[in-house]
Amino acid sequence: MTQWLGTLIEGVMLGGLYALFAAGLSLIFGIMRLVNLAHGDLIVLAAFVVLVVAATLGLDPFVAAVLAAPVLFAFGYALQHLLLNRTLGRDILPPLLVTFGLSIIVQNGLLEAFSADSQRLKAGAVETASLSLGGGLAVGVMPLLTLASAVAVILALNLLFYRTSLGRAFRATADDPEIAQLMGIDNRSIFALAMGVAMTVVAVAALYLGMRANFDPTIGPARLIYAFEAVIIGGLGSFWGTLAGGIVIGLAQTIGARIDPEWQILAGHVAFLVVLVIRPRGLFPRAVD
Amino acid sequence: MAYLETQALTAFYGDFQALYGIDTVLERGETLAIIGANGAGKSTFLKTIAGLLPSAPAAVRLDGQPIGGMPPAKIVRLGISLVPEGRKLFPSLTVEENLLIGAYGSASGAWNLDRVYALFPILAERRRAPSTSLSGGQQQMAAIGRALMANPRILLCDEISLGLAPIVIRSIYAAIPAIKEAGVGLVLVEQDIAQAMAVADRVYCFQEGRLSLSGRPAELTREQIHAAYFGA
Amino acid sequence: MAGAQTPAAGYRAAIGTRATRRVALAGLALFAALLALPGIADRALVQDLIFVFYMLALAQCWNLLAGYAGLISVGQQAFVGLGGYMLFGLAVFAGIDPLLAIVLAGVIAAILALPTALVVFRLRGAYFAIGTWVVAEVYRLVFAQFKQLGGGTGTSLPPEITNTVFGIEFVKDLFGVRTAAARDIILYWAALLLAAGTILAVYLILRSRHGLALAAIRDSEPAAASAGVDNFRTKLWVYVATAAGTGMAGALIYLQKARISPDSAFAVLDWTAYVILIVVIGGIGTIEGPIVGVLVFWLLQTYLASYGTWYLILLGALAILIMLAAPKGLWGYVAERYGLVLFPVRRRLIGPGQR
Repeated sequence: MTQWLGTLIEGVMLGGLYALFAAGLSLIFGIMRLVNLAHGDLIVLAAFVVLVVAATLGLDPFVAAVLAAPVLFAFGYALQHLLLNRTLGRDILPPLLVTFGLSIIVQNGLLEAFSADSQRLKAGAVETASLSLGGGLAVGVMPLLTLASAVAVILALNLLFYRTSLGRAFRATADDPEIAQLMGIDNRSIFALAMGVAMTVVAVAALYLGMRANFDPTIGPARLIYAFEAVIIGGLGSFWGTLAGGIVIGLAQTIGARIDPEWQILAGHVAFLVVLVIRPRGLFPRAVD
Repeated sequence: MAYLETQALTAFYGDFQALYGIDTVLERGETLAIIGANGAGKSTFLKTIAGLLPSAPAAVRLDGQPIGGMPPAKIVRLGISLVPEGRKLFPSLTVEENLLIGAYGSASGAWNLDRVYALFPILAERRRAPSTSLSGGQQQMAAIGRALMANPRILLCDEISLGLAPIVIRSIYAAIPAIKEAGVGLVLVEQDIAQAMAVADRVYCFQEGRLSLSGRPAELTREQIHAAYFGA
Repeated sequence: MAGAQTPAAGYRAAIGTRATRRVALAGLALFAALLALPGIADRALVQDLIFVFYMLALAQCWNLLAGYAGLISVGQQAFVGLGGYMLFGLAVFAGIDPLLAIVLAGVIAAILALPTALVVFRLRGAYFAIGTWVVAEVYRLVFAQFKQLGGGTGTSLPPEITNTVFGIEFVKDLFGVRTAAARDIILYWAALLLAAGTILAVYLILRSRHGLALAAIRDSEPAAASAGVDNFRTKLWVYVATAAGTGMAGALIYLQKARISPDSAFAVLDWTAYVILIVVIGGIGTIEGPIVGVLVFWLLQTYLASYGTWYLILLGALAILIMLAAPKGLWGYVAERYGLVLFPVRRRLIGPGQR
């Protein structure tokens, strides 16, 4: 019994990590319907940025991430403003192909700059510390922190979206970009801002990606798939839905791994497809499609 | 100097020409009615002024200043606000949020939430409801309120009576005098000729992208309007 | 169109032009020349052309699916890998001749496309794209479980199979070459047939009323439905037909490589990204486009692939540039400028007295 409980807890924690991967994507997909195939690679890129900041300035990864965040915000803003804004429109092929090209460039650029060696963000004792829950159950401090950060990020995004003027502008532009202009909203700036915010969230995701396990330039696409699965399961326009989606994937994976370690990833995909067949719009869709 | 004027205004949808050189004038304090059959180009006319469709710079002038071709966000800031055809409220926003977003790009002024709620009390009652839950008439009121929140100097209204029952149309038009009194210039595109002419100082009639008639409502005969509307 | 409905006096709809007959003759001549090519070409060229032909087949299939039917799939590698594994399975465990196995692989891919479609057709647009990718990943992970086929590390085709492909002895005598070269020539002919076959099949589909239906669906599904088109069925048959073509290509690819692994067979880069790049460079939504695109891609691969990561960065930049600056592709712009059409599929109205 405790073993299964342990598995469930592990699944929820993993879900927190996936929700972090997915949060930035949820924002972008929700506002712009942009399918950013480079999202996973951008998380890896952010992890390398944090690594470099930490190494050069001799800082703890958490502090390095705080310093890297504004840099990544600016990068996201520029990326959207200069490149991705040109791909938006009714056709999904341009953003698909452009972000795929971007994904290739980021991956191979990182390979050239850093080689294929595995890297790690060293956080010290926190990495292996664990908290006892009683009854023979323990949970790692790092996974707990990850989940807590995911919840905090989602709370912050909800606050931004539903309680601020900027958030209203995000939602209005997502509903109807043409009419939003009549409100005095400059779509291109709004999208660039949104991408900037998304990259800041990516910085947080990158921090936990790098501390949790080794990373290298090629692991981007797999994170992208988990992130998309979480966003789509959760439903368009709902950040709590994205958290739920992440947890569904996390639970599916850990339960699958428990049955047979080779089935871990497959179990996640199957769960995704099952949810999609039953509820094509996701579990908690909030925005209008 | 005219408050708002258009000169030889043309508009295209791809290869299709919708407007063939429209000359109109709106003086300060005036209310204009634009009438015409479906497809005559009335909505296109408003959209071009609002910046949703491109035009030559000098084709549209506000207080003498050329504003043709400017992005819509900029035109709102200059004081021209459009109530779009079909209401087009934001479905993800509540009623109050729809009103608030109307003020997004603009400086504050006489129009605020309280004043809009005073004009349309039903909106205050439903302020927290999703905008999609409103009836057609209530949505139209919200759309007008949203446009007013931008504190416009000129309000462009695109078929605000569309799809509404006569009694609802009357209640919406009951708010027009208050808007006029506040000093907002009005351009009303309407298919409900009677209602439009009742509140307008001058009327323009469009027919297949061209001006077919202009004048004061009192001076125009039914035959003239009929001919201008449908073509001889 | 099911027989021209009573056209107004003297008017008829036609598809071909006078140029079409000339192009058709030129095409046949080219096909004959390519058929005879192994007699004079060296082995490297033959192998290169096998690559060109199967990439062209894949590109025509994806173009039909995405360019004409509007189903942007990022998961066609599912059928490439499926075809490859079916080839291995049929040849190794059922003792079926590999050439026949290619055809059967196509059939199996078509059959499996049906339940796959039932899942992914629940989705639209971006969701559909991601869904197809996830499905391909599922295929990959499932095949990695089959230990008999090598599990996660893969397996090779034993020489008893690669050396006894149907026709090898005939080719050895005909051209006086050794077994390996003879196999390449057989595969070359098979690949040529596949490429020509997919072009012909796509052309015929688009000329038929299904082609009209596709164009209607692509422009507006509700409008097409109200005109009597069964959207779901039309899209389903296109998806299944595309899967068959892609599956056959996959079988052929892995017959040539003679070694398969899940990561290779279901690689999104090789079997989807490159294919999409080929179609877009050449011109999406045209039959001529993929032909142009695959030739450009072949040039790029031949001269630049040795630059490793920099070559890939170049390809990524190329994808971005093309999409932003020339979304209609090379052929798209040439065709528009000069009004060229080699494979006419649009209907023209011909009045009385006109030709």
